[in-house]
Amino acid sequence: MVSNGSSALGAAVPEEIAFAQKVAPGEPILEVRDLVKHFPLTKGVVFRKLVGAVKAVDGVSFDLIQGETLGIVGESGCGKSTLAKVLMNLEPATSGSVKYKGEEISRLSGAALKAVRRNIQMVFQDPYTSLNPRMTVGDIIGEPYEIHPEVAPKGERRRAVQDLLDVVGLNPEYINRYPHQFSGGQRQRIGIARGLALKPEIIICDEPVSALDVSVQAQVINLLDRLQKDFELSYMFIAHDLSIVRHISDRVGVMYLGKMVEIGSDLEIYDHATHPYTQALLSAVPVPDPSQREARDRIVLEGDVPSPANPPSGCRFRTRCWKAQEKCTLEEPLLIVRPGLQRLAAHDSACHFAEEREVELTAEERQQRPADE
Amino acid sequence: MSTSVSSASAGSRADTVDSSDAPLLQVNDLHVEFRTRDGVAKAVNGVDYSVRAGETLAVLGESGSGKSVTAQAIMGILDSPPGHITGGEIIFKGRDLLKLGSEDRRQIRGAQMAMIFQDALSSLNPVHTVGAQLGEMYRVHKGSSRKEATAKAIELMDRVRIPAAKDRVNDYPHQFSGGMRQRIMIAMALALEPDLIIADEPTTALDVTVQAQVMDLLAELQAEYHMGLILITHDLGVVADVADKIAVMYAGRIVETAPVGELYARPAHPYTRGLLDSIPRLDQKGQELYAIKGLPPNLLHIPAGCAFNPRCPRAQEICRQEVPRLFQVTENDGTELAGRGSACFFWKETLNGE
Repeated sequence: MVSNGSSALGAAVPEEIAFAQKVAPGEPILEVRDLVKHFPLTKGVVFRKLVGAVKAVDGVSFDLIQGETLGIVGESGCGKSTLAKVLMNLEPATSGSVKYKGEEISRLSGAALKAVRRNIQMVFQDPYTSLNPRMTVGDIIGEPYEIHPEVAPKGERRRAVQDLLDVVGLNPEYINRYPHQFSGGQRQRIGIARGLALKPEIIICDEPVSALDVSVQAQVINLLDRLQKDFELSYMFIAHDLSIVRHISDRVGVMYLGKMVEIGSDLEIYDHATHPYTQALLSAVPVPDPSQREARDRIVLEGDVPSPANPPSGCRFRTRCWKAQEKCTLEEPLLIVRPGLQRLAAHDSACHFAEEREVELTAEERQQRPADE
Repeated sequence: MSTSVSSASAGSRADTVDSSDAPLLQVNDLHVEFRTRDGVAKAVNGVDYSVRAGETLAVLGESGSGKSVTAQAIMGILDSPPGHITGGEIIFKGRDLLKLGSEDRRQIRGAQMAMIFQDALSSLNPVHTVGAQLGEMYRVHKGSSRKEATAKAIELMDRVRIPAAKDRVNDYPHQFSGGMRQRIMIAMALALEPDLIIADEPTTALDVTVQAQVMDLLAELQAEYHMGLILITHDLGVVADVADKIAVMYAGRIVETAPVGELYARPAHPYTRGLLDSIPRLDQKGQELYAIKGLPPNLLHIPAGCAFNPRCPRAQEICRQEVPRLFQVTENDGTELAGRGSACFFWKETLNGE
């Protein structure tokens, strides 16, 4: 893309040329390797002393493939939102690398960072705090155009914002309203419209539908689905609602306490989970079918997630795991395919004793069975 | 407790539902409106429901459906102004709460009915210890001393299985995790062993593994104390897990009531059907999810006739003109289905899936 004189980017940014190239479907658009984010814990006011670190993200590696949706699930505090922020460069990474189309972006700054950010947009978790209460909806959604004026010329911005409002299911006449005049669900749509404004290639959705009502959730999921097809978007979809993640994702990664504990295709994770944490998480999801109430085979985990400032040695899940043994305390399990696992069970899992659950069928599978036959 | 509630016997919850007694709480034709500068928002437009001791009623609805406002009216914590109860009655243990004075309401609130709020962090006072906040219930309602109140607070924290309750009683809310804070909210609601608990989205802010713990705890305590529970939620999964009967609300009205199993198997209102169809299912992966078109109505301008008609696939001329009452749902041969009602002119067609 040749930028004109009014562009704030300037044509001299070599990265922009590299970023302009298309990535073929099936190739990774984002490569994340050993990404670490530690937040330092300090003591004292004048003489600051480092007393430790909150290990929010502690060595995470994965690829985001062009055109796919990668779901990231895990409980609050497991580092999924921090991961998103580090990928966006909203928080500098402590170590590790993030490559966008082969270019290292985790150390970028200035104009180069700005160019990358146009292509990686984010939809935030909390629609109450991510929208400026003193700006109108039109200003909020139009603000990306102020920063990247080459996307929409000044005269067309109002029109563009109204189109975006229409696309996310809000009345275009609401353009002069303020965020407080909208319900939580409608605010999240405003956030999605803002994320779409610059026509990015990657959208990182951080719990985009958890604040929405069920009937509206479906609309937004369909909307995201449609936009993905229309604009060849790649999504990283962070959520704790496992059924929605399953619906939208091609691949799913499960995080626990700053680590990726299991990653694979949606079938591999949901029907052939080998990590005990994934199994517990899946079993805890309430099934919207009252006839399954008694039949469900739930693993109720004891206690809470340990503090990420002082994670357990070895396997981080061992304090809540029913399979934990001596080895789990001493040795950290790697995210690898363990030998001996068959077919769909053979995917990356960070457990020394990775195996499928022995129960006959999970509740979800039972539901599925009659449909299969 | 003056009413003759039989001892909370062991066994499944279905057995403990005493169907012969009068309901613990009966809401009749409740109307609530908010008088705002922009006009009058009719938040609740004639809601009827009842809960018996030991029974769990799930009130299902989207934001703005009036489910929380109804609960606030029952509790007597409606912000007034702008909220006004303009009609109806709330009969709790034989007395109409709307006819009582504020002091009588205060005696009932907390002691006989209690509420669990969605967001425990903003519902707990950040500048008081959890022990002080739990103990306050005993100090205010029972006139206990500080010492007794603290002892009771520890007992309650043990009751909701907060580990090391004795050491943590003097901690502040921010020192607890989300699940633990919700347990404290539950403990506070349970403190005076009320007959009715209203839980407004109690697990929406929690993770699934913690949600499972909290819902289990709530169900267990409910069975133990033989309480009535009104569970306000939009999560169809949670409802399927714990509810005995369901009332579906839309635009301030109840559009369908049914026992839990029947609602999921054979919904009799297009809105309920739409909600159920919009849950992601395994066999629909990769396809478009069914979505109810449009948005929930603006309460300042509720559509004429059936409020759902602009979003309804079944809407006919009559739906735009007449407000459907809650029809008794019957089987095709005319036998009444107990506890089932649908506020749709075409409930029969919807029930049969035509």
